[in-house]
Amino acid sequence: MQEHDLSFVRAEMALAEPAPLSERGLVAWVRKNLIASAGDTILTIIGIALVVMILPQVINWAFINAQWTGPDRTVCATVAQGGIQPDGWSGACWAFVNAKFGQFMLGRYPLEERWRPILVAVLFVVLLVPLLIPKVPRKGLNAILLFLVLPVVAFILLVGNVFGLPHVETSLWGGLLVTLSLSFVGIAVSLPVGIMLALGRRSKMPIIKTLCVVFIETVRGIPLITVLFFASVMLPLFLPAGVTFDKFLRALIGVSLFAAAYMAEVVRGGLQAIPKGQYEGADSLGLGYWQKMGLIVLPQALKLVIPGIVNTFIGMFKDTSLVIIISMFDLLGIVKQNFSDANWATAQTARSGLVFAAFIFWLFCFGMSRYSMYTERRLDTGHKR
Amino acid sequence: MKHIAIGFLGAAALGLMASAASASTLSDVKAKGFIQCGVSTGLAGFSAPDDKGDWQGIDADFCRAVAAAVFGDGSKVKFTPLSAKERFTALQSGEVDILSRNTTWTINRDTALGLNFVGTTYYDGQGFMINAKKLPGVNSALQLSGAAVCVQSGTTTELNLADYFKSNKMEYNPVVFEKLEEVNAAYDAGRCDVYTTDQSGLYGIRLTLGSPADHVVLPEIISKEPLGPAVRQGDDQWYHIVKWTYFALLDAEELGITKANVDEMKNSDNPEIKRVLGQEADTKIGTDLGVSNDWVVNIIKAVGNYGEMFERNVGSGSPLKIARGINALWTKGGLQYAPPIR
Repeated sequence: MQEHDLSFVRAEMALAEPAPLSERGLVAWVRKNLIASAGDTILTIIGIALVVMILPQVINWAFINAQWTGPDRTVCATVAQGGIQPDGWSGACWAFVNAKFGQFMLGRYPLEERWRPILVAVLFVVLLVPLLIPKVPRKGLNAILLFLVLPVVAFILLVGNVFGLPHVETSLWGGLLVTLSLSFVGIAVSLPVGIMLALGRRSKMPIIKTLCVVFIETVRGIPLITVLFFASVMLPLFLPAGVTFDKFLRALIGVSLFAAAYMAEVVRGGLQAIPKGQYEGADSLGLGYWQKMGLIVLPQALKLVIPGIVNTFIGMFKDTSLVIIISMFDLLGIVKQNFSDANWATAQTARSGLVFAAFIFWLFCFGMSRYSMYTERRLDTGHKR
Repeated sequence: MKHIAIGFLGAAALGLMASAASASTLSDVKAKGFIQCGVSTGLAGFSAPDDKGDWQGIDADFCRAVAAAVFGDGSKVKFTPLSAKERFTALQSGEVDILSRNTTWTINRDTALGLNFVGTTYYDGQGFMINAKKLPGVNSALQLSGAAVCVQSGTTTELNLADYFKSNKMEYNPVVFEKLEEVNAAYDAGRCDVYTTDQSGLYGIRLTLGSPADHVVLPEIISKEPLGPAVRQGDDQWYHIVKWTYFALLDAEELGITKANVDEMKNSDNPEIKRVLGQEADTKIGTDLGVSNDWVVNIIKAVGNYGEMFERNVGSGSPLKIARGINALWTKGGLQYAPPIR
């Protein structure tokens, strides 16, 4: 090594200086995000003003002034309304939700049989959670249990009439039980049927193609509410007296077919986004139709349309509220029905009940949405922008 | 698609034939072991779910009374909540055996729709409620010209409203909703000046408003709304059972038979009471009707007499606190009058 007569040579890298204060920490964040320009500053001020105006009232209403337990309407009504609260009081009536909670969850399911839907719910969670966590092994077995075995077990447990279980008619079901069973069946049926319809619509076989196109376009052309209304008002007139074709089944079929038609179009969008080279590449490898679709095309196409698929699921979850048109009471329906109980008739009852229903719906929709974003990131293979 | 449609029509035709040949409602009901009762999807005091999810109210109790008459057990009844639009179809198609759903008795429904109303379990009438703070000085419905009126669609209420304003040469602006809760919300939010529905309903709705004291029910009653249960036409036996269940509830109140004293009353010396309660020797009153001879005892044990039913569900025993008014017995100046059981 050569010696230099230089007095100082730096042998190692200088430590990086921390970024200047104006570029880091809270101050920088505020400058960048809240007051970067005059427009931003105005929007920030409006936003803060809105929060300051609304938030205290919401917290007051939902928590501080809220009534959590009570026997009847008196706890949620002011003196002028015939209750015990001071005049001018305004707070959530969670006591109403509390008293009706069992009904909101399970409808009019008989009290002594309520362990059955609860057991189904526990089984559902026990099977669903490991399926959602990628690290847990045995996905195939898990999926078979959830999508093939659980529906049978759930049907036996919920409907009864076998193994000494008393029969519980679906007309007694209600609340979250109806919402979740409709959406679960809808989701479980619509995805495979939708994929088949999408493949069929792009098929080169004319009969299959025509059938799929006719089905998709017919179903998409009629509002769900019309079909449900027809099933409830017209169908009984055509059936022999006393023969009732289960309303819940009518709703299940209607909702599933609808979701399947929409799903088909979502999946078709994904199929069309796959470049022709992928198909040709698969063909040149000598793969058959199902191998080509199952191994090359669908994995890419489905990954592309995850947002669309989850969109359809969430839409369907919320559409289940339409079954009120055939006098089935889903979560929203049963909450609204209980507004008519004179023992709980107060100015706050409807508000509290609706906020509760909205919260439950939000919980499920938000959960689905977050999980789909997580899945998208996990399956991301470099197409991300 | 065509073949499916043809098959569907064929099935429909078969269905119509089968329904025409169905047996009597009483034997159907006895075979299945319960009465299927059509109620509303929720109306305070008439049919609304309680904390346990059981249906409570005058309409629900009436079905329990019929079940008690037929089976001796008021709990052998299943309820089907029906919207205003599907209620008649449900009765015609045999989905329900009794329609006990605050339904107004009209000639059109008795004839063209093929129903038979059994009586009037509640004499109601359409009224108006206004916000006195918003419309100060209004104390008669005749001052409501130009008002926006909240009304539920698909009911006789809508028709009566139009008739009333037309015959009084007044203008109005209807604000129409399908569901009762929507009408309530719209009125409470001030989207309309006037709320019109049956007066019994107005009292229930007033309980849910922000400041009930600000709202007044105007004195005018613009329609006759006799609310009662209905059955299908063409089955006289079932019609009689339901009709005389209603009469028995009234006769029991007139004779002072209550849920509490019905067992004592069986040993009463009063021949009329003995006859009503089926305690006469060789009585055939019940069996001629198609039920057991102690049918009235069963009814009263299940739901009490008419007065008890009224007070418990809409009167002093409930938050609604509706006065008996014209629903009092004829002996007390009301309209409730029943033919004698003899």
